Amino acid sequence: MLCDNCRERDAVIQVTQVTEPPVKQLNLCEKCAAERGIETQLSVPKQPLTDFILAVQQKAVPAAEADGVRCSFCQATLRDFKNTGRLGCAYCYGAFEASLRDLLRKVHGNSKHEGRQYVAPVGPVDEGATVIAELRDRLKRAIDQERFEEAARLRDQIKVIE
Amino acid sequence: MTLDLSLLPDGGVTWLDASGENAGTVLSTRIRLARNLEGFAFPGRAREGERLRILARVREAVTAAPGLAASLLVRVDELPAEERLLLHERHLVSRELAGLDPSHPVRSGAAVFLGEGTGVMVNEEDHLRLQTLRSGFDLAGAYAAIQRVDEELGKRVPYAFHGEFGFLTSCPTNTGTGMRASVLMHLPGLVLTKEIAKTLTGLQQIGLTYRGLYGEGSEVVGNFFQISNQTTLGRSEDEIIEQLLYVLRTVVAREEEARRVLLRDAGYIIEDKLWRAYGTLRYARSLSFEETMNYLSGVRLAVGLKLVPGLSVYTLNKLLIFSQSAHLAQRAGRMLTESEANIARAAYVRQTLADETGTTG
Repeated sequence: MLCDNCRERDAVIQVTQVTEPPVKQLNLCEKCAAERGIETQLSVPKQPLTDFILAVQQKAVPAAEADGVRCSFCQATLRDFKNTGRLGCAYCYGAFEASLRDLLRKVHGNSKHEGRQYVAPVGPVDEGATVIAELRDRLKRAIDQERFEEAARLRDQIKVIE
Repeated sequence: MTLDLSLLPDGGVTWLDASGENAGTVLSTRIRLARNLEGFAFPGRAREGERLRILARVREAVTAAPGLAASLLVRVDELPAEERLLLHERHLVSRELAGLDPSHPVRSGAAVFLGEGTGVMVNEEDHLRLQTLRSGFDLAGAYAAIQRVDEELGKRVPYAFHGEFGFLTSCPTNTGTGMRASVLMHLPGLVLTKEIAKTLTGLQQIGLTYRGLYGEGSEVVGNFFQISNQTTLGRSEDEIIEQLLYVLRTVVAREEEARRVLLRDAGYIIEDKLWRAYGTLRYARSLSFEETMNYLSGVRLAVGLKLVPGLSVYTLNKLLIFSQSAHLAQRAGRMLTESEANIARAAYVRQTLADETGTTG
């Protein structure tokens, strides 16, 4: 069967489009499927994370070399991610960008965000003050509830920050 | 800190009231968004001080946000295990936030802000997990509510966002929209007609997934299936919702058809099975949780088929929540052993059904 899109190559995957009725069925070749961000090698896995980590391990990049890359913000390595299945911080996405792009494509069939756009607010925040307020709050509760060991620890923490 | 859920409107279980669309088949609709703050390691890697700073920042933002200012802050990290379990049984916090797995104990800084139908979990797998729960089949309503919370918070704290990958999350399975929209369905008709496997396989083929009553990692009991989107990148929030809406409407219709077929082709067998389930719940003296769920599933189906008069879906929904072990312990005012809990459960279920139908037992 020929690809419904290019009409040149053989179709290798059937795509059912159900976002709006009527349901549309498309037969696509590997190239046209890839252009739409659809992965033809791997169907959507039932346990994405397991498959995901497996995929990291099977990557063509020499594993040891890639594993050693360290995120400069949280110091996590790709190896840490393989072990825990979780990234250390938002900056890990930059540190491991190429590997992650590949993997996101495998898990989601796509690596490009198409949803809501967002611009972070700007403005200074006095972090020290908010932390101290929070710790004081905890200290008061600890004293009220007669948890004195914790209260002593909190008092020391406040002193350090002040 | 003592947990007082009476401060919440209807104890935080308004979503059980069976007022929503298709309430006989769909218990509730839940949408959650995973968000992280710029400039901090994710909670799993952050130090205690960082997590407390995150909580302090979020607290400021919540207090300043008009739609959230009235929410109740619960410091999950300061609660004893049984109260954390209670919050989880009530679907107000995730298993991870409650620290219920011995391998993942509760984190310092773990907290939840509870508002009417919405919640903001802090220091879960991600810094923020915004969630909204609605009665019945109400994806549009749930999304509108969560979007408001997201916008209000996003104006006050900087989210980690990437031009290509979208909202950045601790686990890459949530990257992009960070959205998981799930619909809790009761599908006994499809189970009894053995159509369920085909339906679930079909859902998986189009990128949807299913779980049990308590989401990730929980088993399917009592024919309750939580169906949700699997992927979060490459499609907009609206597209994900539209797909679920369209596909799950078909599932509701199939379930209704299966129920008609059952009644038509196996009327007396089904009727007998369901009355037996009702009889057991009405008179048993000891009930395990799983057993209760299975019989409740039967009674729920019987109410849907109008076989048992005088019972409301709301009461059955409440039984699902309030017959769990932490809730029974709370009623008893002390910890219960498993056999004590089974006896307490049977007594509670018996009393609730008797009150509802105006009989004694």
